[in-house]
Amino acid sequence: MDTRLADFVRDTPDGQEAAAILRACVHCGFCTATCPTYQLLGDELDGPRGRIYLIKQVLEGHPVSEKTRLHLDRCLTCRACETTCPSGVNYVHLLDIGRRLVDEKLPRPLAQSVLRGLLRATLPRPAIFAPAVKLGSLLRPFLPASLADKLPPESSPATRLRPPGGRHRRRMLGLAGCVQTALAPNINAAAARLLDRLGIEFFEERNAGCCGALRFHLNDLAAAKKDMCRNIDAWWPHLEAGAEAIVVTASGCAVQVRDYGRLLADDAAYADKAAKISALCRDPSDVLLAESEALSALLGAIAAKEKPRKVAFHSPCTLQHGLQIRGVIEGLLRAAGYELTPVSDAHLCCGSAGTYSLLQPALSQRLRQNKLAALHDGLPTVIATANIGCLSHLQAGSVLPVQHWIELLDEALS
Amino acid sequence: MTSSEPVFKTSRQLLAERLKGTLPARCLLVDDEELRPYECDGLTAYRQLPLAVCLPENEAQVIDILRTCHQLGVPVVARGAGTGLSGGAMPHAEGVVLSLARFNRILRVDPKARLAVVQPGVRNLAVSEAAAPHGLYYAPDPSSQIACTLGGNVAENSGGVHCLKYGLTVHNVLRLRVVSVEGEVFEIGSEAPDSPGYDLLALMIGSEGMLGIVTEVTVKLVPRPELARVVMASFDEVAKAGEAVAAIIAAGIIPAGLEMMDKAATAAVEPYVKAGYDLAAAAILLCESDGTPEEVGEEIARVTEVLSAAGARELRVSQTEAERLRFWAGRKAAFPAVGRITPDYYCMDGTIPRKRLAEMLAAIVGMEEKYGLRCANVFHAGDGNLHPLIMYDAAIAGEWQRAESFGAEILELSVALGGSITGEHGVGIEKIAQMCVQYKTPELQTFHRLKTAFDERGLLNPGKAVPSLHRCAEYGRMHVHQGAIKFPELDRF
Repeated sequence: MDTRLADFVRDTPDGQEAAAILRACVHCGFCTATCPTYQLLGDELDGPRGRIYLIKQVLEGHPVSEKTRLHLDRCLTCRACETTCPSGVNYVHLLDIGRRLVDEKLPRPLAQSVLRGLLRATLPRPAIFAPAVKLGSLLRPFLPASLADKLPPESSPATRLRPPGGRHRRRMLGLAGCVQTALAPNINAAAARLLDRLGIEFFEERNAGCCGALRFHLNDLAAAKKDMCRNIDAWWPHLEAGAEAIVVTASGCAVQVRDYGRLLADDAAYADKAAKISALCRDPSDVLLAESEALSALLGAIAAKEKPRKVAFHSPCTLQHGLQIRGVIEGLLRAAGYELTPVSDAHLCCGSAGTYSLLQPALSQRLRQNKLAALHDGLPTVIATANIGCLSHLQAGSVLPVQHWIELLDEALS
Repeated sequence: MTSSEPVFKTSRQLLAERLKGTLPARCLLVDDEELRPYECDGLTAYRQLPLAVCLPENEAQVIDILRTCHQLGVPVVARGAGTGLSGGAMPHAEGVVLSLARFNRILRVDPKARLAVVQPGVRNLAVSEAAAPHGLYYAPDPSSQIACTLGGNVAENSGGVHCLKYGLTVHNVLRLRVVSVEGEVFEIGSEAPDSPGYDLLALMIGSEGMLGIVTEVTVKLVPRPELARVVMASFDEVAKAGEAVAAIIAAGIIPAGLEMMDKAATAAVEPYVKAGYDLAAAAILLCESDGTPEEVGEEIARVTEVLSAAGARELRVSQTEAERLRFWAGRKAAFPAVGRITPDYYCMDGTIPRKRLAEMLAAIVGMEEKYGLRCANVFHAGDGNLHPLIMYDAAIAGEWQRAESFGAEILELSVALGGSITGEHGVGIEKIAQMCVQYKTPELQTFHRLKTAFDERGLLNPGKAVPSLHRCAEYGRMHVHQGAIKFPELDRF
């Protein structure tokens, strides 16, 4: 699309990148078909093509008001549009730039800034977040629904994986992350048990923390870079000592770690390391695929059940659109003896989307309602997913247990 | 209204005030900031800010909007998903855009009667998805079927790769519920196959939002064929591929789809779709056969024979359903995928008799040189519907004007070869001048009389589809003095 950049942005890296992305867009509108917010709201401004147009206006120097910000804020960054786009438009990078420019031109009202600041300050810090979850569980009756929703059903003991102990020659790093340790510590524990059976030691590094996605998506690029550099520093010695990969069990975090190389490309001290780390970042399904021979042997030993457990799988957007992994985990679950129920509109977001469920509760809950209806449709006994955000978001609305798929694989083998 | 363009002038303020009386705030946009993303549809070269955009949620609101606009004399431009390629949904400077995107419910699927009742904002593909559990689907399948809406399909009489065998939208719609420009609701057609009297349904389909606003569509569903397979044939010369198309039809075969893509088009889509197209071929043909396994087996054998005799250098038959869909995926994504090799493209939509395909293709090669622009060719070859994609860069001064002239020359050659200026995209704003080439004055006057019967004041989508005689006279004068127009910097359209 033809874009005439305004002076304020013409010669900046943001301006150049945005212009290149805009040139790829031919305005065909295919993206609106798979956009969750366009499907709900039916307004061009709430679909990717309209948002691209709104950002184009900002770049061309037209006045910006809260109206533009509202429609950009409503984007889930689920990236379903990128999967649909035949022209290869890198929508999310354009949106990141657009949101940043709008916030620069039009500072957020105080209440919004405070809420965003609080989220940035608390969620990515396990030392604050874990006790807050405990406190929240006590105060649950007094919390607003959008917040109470997020608490785990009962406080589970916070388990940390053992430090590397030389059980196996092959070793892989895990990301403890920020909220997952407090909300669902069993996920990484299950991954460790599973990889242990495959002769791989899976361990966490204490000094690593939040992947940076939370602060990045709340428009705090500087703080996000700090998170990323801290993790790189923490992981680097292990990689030098022979750890093969960084296995990230939350697909939302995996997408971010995969992006370290791009986001730190201009940082002389970290660019190379960041690129290496992005290249070594794996979803657990990548690892299992690579070990398929050993895994088949393990799964082959499972006695076939007369009545297999029925699972509805929710593929997180970060898995199917971000990491572009589709159908793999479903195959692994089937191989482990589970029956997968059909799920309609599987490409649509569940409404969790990081902090979206807290910042846009109304839309988020409508999306969850639709998603749960689709998941419950095939009468499963358990819902499986691949990202902690979706997991806790869906759990809050469903009577069925919602688990990480790796826990189900671990259970099948136990 | 037949001799000159009508004049409209209602202030945005007055219009907004009146509309606010009947619409909730979430259904009305009046600030430039919110209006700009509505300034064009899929044809971005033509843009216009409207006075307002209305996003009604029910028929009562549509009626209120139309009544208000009718009282004030404000033009109304209907819009579906905004994927159209002829600018049919481009706003009017003095008018409102009436978006039907929120009418997105499938009201009823009746497998016994093989029909579905849907709202106009339902996506084309969503109808087939809803019918799939009953083994049925909706046959017209424009390339944009993932996003385009039934309302838009009705307005443009959309086709698709399967319309050779299953017909255009007009052959697949049973009934329409319409709101007139005065805000009166009427229904035309019925669930029975035929209605006595004039065929108003056929008149309404393809009328580009100029006769009424559709609020409900009843479509036919057809049984999904037991089996479908595609033959992919490569040719060394585009002309040979064109002759092969004519040979298939001459042999009495009516394939479910018969499509052609030239080298530039396959090169654009292959990296995205990985369909396995022969990138060395000058052109490829995709020929689909559907029916019972016996019928398909027999037809594929005959098609293969004809294609070989026509000089195909390589033939591949899809072995699985996944492979068949992959072969088609490249064709369906061809337009936007061309966006990967050029910043902008201009998609044309002429139709010519099949036997003249090779002639047309040779002429296009000449035009590429004349205008200094590349052109990728994608055709619904079976029905002679051309979609040349003229590649240009809007950021380079003069390129769009050259692309526009290139397109106009293709359309005018289509008419000269005995064809027409549109196969399925509609006339919109894009081909309005070529309508003057396609039709003579008395024919246009007949169109105007029809329009007046539905919309006396010319409020529905003014300036689109059917040109005023004044405009044609102006176009004729420009044509006569081509190359020597006075004051070329002045806007003439």
